[in-house]
Amino acid sequence: MTESLTVRHAKFVVYHPWRVLLLLLLIVMAAASGGRFIEFTNDYRVFFSEDNPELNAFEAMQDIYTKTDNVLFVIAPKRGDVFNAETLALVSEMTEQSWQTPYSTRVDSITNFQHTVAAADDLLVGDLVPASADLSLEFIDFVRDVALNEPILINRLVSPKAHVTGINVTVQLPGKSLDEVPETANFARALAQEMMLKYPNHEIHSTGLAMMNNAFGEMSQKDMATLVPLMFLTIIVVLGVLLRSFSATFVSIFMIFSTIMFAMGLMGWLGWKLTPASAGAPTILMTMAVADTVHLLVTFLHNMRRGHNKAVAMLNSLRVNFQPIFITSITTAIGFLSMNFSDVPPFQDLGNVVAMGVMFAFVLSVTVLPAMMMLMPIRIKVQEETDSHLMVRFALGVINRRGPLLLGMGLLAVSIIAFLPQNTLDDQFVEYFDETVEFRQATDFSSENLSGIYTLQYSMDQGSSGGVSDPAFLQSVERFSNWLRTQPEVMHVQTISDTFKRLNKNMHGDNPAYYRLPESRELAAQYLLLYELSLPYGLDLNDQIDVDKAQTRINVTLENLHTNEMLAIETRVAEWLGQNLPELSYTAASPSLMFAHIGERNVSSMLLGTTLALIVISFILVLALRSARIGLLSLAPNLIPAGMAFGLWGMLVGQVGMSLSVVAGMTLGIVVDDTVHFLSKYLRARRENNLNAEQAVHYAFKTVGIALWVTSLVLILGFLVLSQSHFSLNSDMGMMAAMTIAIALIMDFLFLPPLLMKLEGKKDA
Amino acid sequence: MRKFLLLALLLLSPVVMAETPEEKGLAIALETDKRDKGWQDSYAEMKMVLRNRHGKESVRQIRVTNLEVDGDGDKGLTVFDEPRDIKGTSFLSYSHSLEPDEQWIFLPALKRVKRISSSNKSGPFMGSEFAYEDISSFEIPKYSYLYLRDELFNGMDCYVLELRPQYQHSGYTKSHVWIDKAEFRSQKIDYYDRKDSLLKTQIFSDYQQYLDQYWRAHTMTMQNHQNGKSTTLQWDDFQFKNGLNDGDFKKNDLKRQR
Repeated sequence: MTESLTVRHAKFVVYHPWRVLLLLLLIVMAAASGGRFIEFTNDYRVFFSEDNPELNAFEAMQDIYTKTDNVLFVIAPKRGDVFNAETLALVSEMTEQSWQTPYSTRVDSITNFQHTVAAADDLLVGDLVPASADLSLEFIDFVRDVALNEPILINRLVSPKAHVTGINVTVQLPGKSLDEVPETANFARALAQEMMLKYPNHEIHSTGLAMMNNAFGEMSQKDMATLVPLMFLTIIVVLGVLLRSFSATFVSIFMIFSTIMFAMGLMGWLGWKLTPASAGAPTILMTMAVADTVHLLVTFLHNMRRGHNKAVAMLNSLRVNFQPIFITSITTAIGFLSMNFSDVPPFQDLGNVVAMGVMFAFVLSVTVLPAMMMLMPIRIKVQEETDSHLMVRFALGVINRRGPLLLGMGLLAVSIIAFLPQNTLDDQFVEYFDETVEFRQATDFSSENLSGIYTLQYSMDQGSSGGVSDPAFLQSVERFSNWLRTQPEVMHVQTISDTFKRLNKNMHGDNPAYYRLPESRELAAQYLLLYELSLPYGLDLNDQIDVDKAQTRINVTLENLHTNEMLAIETRVAEWLGQNLPELSYTAASPSLMFAHIGERNVSSMLLGTTLALIVISFILVLALRSARIGLLSLAPNLIPAGMAFGLWGMLVGQVGMSLSVVAGMTLGIVVDDTVHFLSKYLRARRENNLNAEQAVHYAFKTVGIALWVTSLVLILGFLVLSQSHFSLNSDMGMMAAMTIAIALIMDFLFLPPLLMKLEGKKDA
Repeated sequence: MRKFLLLALLLLSPVVMAETPEEKGLAIALETDKRDKGWQDSYAEMKMVLRNRHGKESVRQIRVTNLEVDGDGDKGLTVFDEPRDIKGTSFLSYSHSLEPDEQWIFLPALKRVKRISSSNKSGPFMGSEFAYEDISSFEIPKYSYLYLRDELFNGMDCYVLELRPQYQHSGYTKSHVWIDKAEFRSQKIDYYDRKDSLLKTQIFSDYQQYLDQYWRAHTMTMQNHQNGKSTTLQWDDFQFKNGLNDGDFKKNDLKRQR
C-alpha cells in the first residue's frame, strides 16, 4: 500500500466517476439478488452447533422415545376452580379439537386421562371424563378426587389448588418446511381464541416449546421491522445535523443501503437463515457502514470549506484517510470474525455477515462515495469552521490538564474495572423475551400456576430386553423418582413406577394396600401388556418406554431456573445417582440442559476468540503505525473500554449471558478504530511535520476529532437502537456495545492524549 | 338400443359398473368379504419385529386362533410366547362390528382371568405400530365405503377404496385400501389420523392360497410416517378347519392355554 498507489486509485475514481459507479452498482445488485433466499428460522435448535454434545444427547433420546415438542394450553376459569360442568365441558371439547393441531401426535388432559378402575375381575380403562358423561355434581366430585390424587396429573395438568388445568399437545414437526412452526402456533392461538369466545369465563394461555420456537421466528421479524426503520431515521437525522450537506447525507444513506443489500444478499446466496440473534445484522451493518463514510466526508467537506475545489478536496481526503479506514475496516472485521469461536451458530453468522459488510463498506467508501460526490452538486461556503474551533479549544483543555486527567481517568478506569468480578455467568432462556412478549407472559403464568417449560429428562437403561419390568430396576426408578420429588426446584416427576403401582392396585380390587410395585418381573411385564392392550390411539407408553422395553424415561418438570441452578441440579442428580444407584446406567438430556451448558461453553470459547483477535489486531496496529511502541501503547485505550463496560455491567446488572460473551471481541474491533484514526494523525504530524507530542495531539484533535465524535455518536446510537429489541440477546448486546464505544471515545479523548504526551514528551525533551 | 346395451352391461357386472362411487365401493368390499367366507376356524403363528428410528429391533412371538362367526365379528384367542416375561399370557376376544369388543386376559403371574372393559381399539398392539383395530377381524358394517379409482400397485391392477370407520373411538378418520382386481386381496393400506394427515402405511406381501380359496399374506409391514418407527408381522404355519367350535373360546379355558 504505497502512497502513490493510493493516489493513482484516488485519481482514477475522482476523474472517472461514472465507470466506477456503474461497476460497483452491478456488484451490489448481483449480491443483493440473493436476498430472495433469506429465511427466518423458528427452531430453538439453531442456537446449537451440530456437534453440540447436549443437543446430540437430546436428539438421541428423542429417537428412542417420542419427541417432546409441545403446545401447552393453560386454562384458568375466573371462578378459580376447574371442577365445574362448564370448565370440564371446555376441557373436553378443547381436548377433542386439539387433535386437529397440525403435526400433533398426542393430546393429554384431565378429561382424556386413561383412568383405570377395578370392579371384581373387571378392569375398566377409559377417559376420566367421557364425551358422553353427564356432568352431575356427584360425578364432578369423583373427577376432582381422582385428578387431585393422581401423580401423573397433579402439578402437570391440574394445580393442587385446582384453580388451573392444562392441555398438553405433543407435536412431531417433520422439519421439512419453515411454515410448520407458525402453522402449529397459529392453530393453537386460533383454538384458544375460539374457546375463550365460547366459554367467556375462562382465560387460556398458550406456551410450550412449539410456541417458544414460534416466538423466536416472530421476534426476528419484528426486530427487523421496527429496529431497521428506527436506525435509519436516527442515522439520517444525525448525519443531516452533523454534516449539514444534503448531498453528503444522501450519499451516506446510499452507501448504507448498498452495504446492507450486499451483505444480506450474500447471506441469502450462502443459505444462512436469519435467527433472532443474527436479525440484528442489518442494524449493526448500518452503523458500521457509516463510520468510513463519515471520516471521508468530514475531511472532504473540511477541505472544501477551506476553499479547495471538489476534485482536490476529494483527492486529499482519499489520500489522508485511505490507510486508516482500510486498517480500521480490517480490525473491525477481525473483531466480528472472532464470533466464529462462539459455539452458537447464529453468532457466527452474525459475525461473518457483518465482517463481509464492513469490508465491502470500505470498498464502497473509496469508490462509490468519491464517485458520487463528484457527480452530486455541492455548495459549500468558504468559511471558518466553528466545529474545529470547538475541537481546538477542547484539545487545549486536554493538553493543559493532562496531569490530572491521566491520573483521574486512570483511577476511574481501575476502580470501575474492579467491579468486573461481580459478573456471574448466568442466563435464563425464557427471559430472552421481555415481558411484553405474549410467549413470555403465557410461560410466566404457566410456571407460576401450573407447570414450567424447564425440564430434565432421564433415560434409565436396565440393559436387557424387557428389563423395565425387573423389580430391582423398578425399585431404583421409584427411589430415584421419590428423591427427585423432594428437591425444591422440582414441580413434577412423570415416572413409569407410578403406572405400575396403580395397575398393581387395580389388579387387586383397588385395594390401596397394593399401591406398590409388583413383586415379580413376570407380573410387571404382564400388567404392562394388559395396560397397553387397553390404551387408545396416541395415549400409549411409547413416550416413556423404548421398543425393546429395556429403557424408561423419567420426565422432570422444574421451576423457572437460571442456567446456574440448572447446572447445579444436574450435578446434584448425578452425585445422588452415583452414590445411591451406582450400577444404574442413565443419560440426561433436555432443551433446558442444552441452554444451560451453551452459556458456559460459549464464554470459554469466546475468551479464546477474543484473545486471538486482540493479538492479531495489536500486530496489525504495530505494522500499520510502523511503531511497536505506539502499537503497544494503543493496547491501553483498546482494552480499557471493554473492561470498564463489563465492570459497569457488574455494578448494575451482574448477570452475563450467552450474548454478552461475544461483545468483547466484537467491540474490540470497533473501539480500535478511534485509536487508529487518532494515532495515525498524531504520527503523521510527528513524522511529516516534525511536531512535538503536544503539537501533534493538538493536530490530531483538530483533524480527526469531529469525525471521531460523529462516528462514535452514530455507533452509540446504532447500538442503543439495537438495545430496544424485545429480545434480550440483542438488547443486552446493544446496550453493552453502546457502553463500550462511549467509554472508548471518552478514553481516546481524555486518556490517550495525556498518556501520549506523558510517554512521548520525555523523548522529545 | 345403446341405452339397452348399457343397462345390460350394468346388470351383468355390478362390481365394475355400479352407479355411484359409494355403491361401487360397497360392492367391492362385499366381494372381498364373500371370497373370504367359510374357513370356519384358523390357526397361525406370528412373529412381530419392532424397529425404532435407529433400526434397533425388538421381537415378540404369539399364536393366534380364530373362529369364524357368521353375522358378527370373529372370536379370537391369542397366546403370547415371547418375550419370556409374558409367556403363557392368553387373550380372548369376541369382536363386534360396532359395539366394543368383549375381551378377557389371563395373567399367569397373577393366576387370574381379568375382563378388560374398554372401548379402545386404537392403541398400539404390544407397543408396535399396529393398532388393535388394524388386525381385528374385518366386518362389512364397520366402515362406510367409497370407490376412488383404479391404480396399478406392484404391477397389479387394483381398486382403491376409501374406508371410514363407523365404530366409535377409532384412531383414524379414514383409510385408503388397494385391493387387487384378480383375487380381491388387500395389498396396501394408508391410514389417516384424526387430523386427516397420513399416519401409517401397511404393505401386504408373500400371499399364499390355502384350501384353494383363502389368501393369507405372510408378511405385513407397517411404517409410521410420523414417528419413523416400523413393525413387521411374519405369519407362519397357517391351518384351517381344525374342527374348533364356540366351546374352544370360553374365558374359563384361558388358564389352560399353553
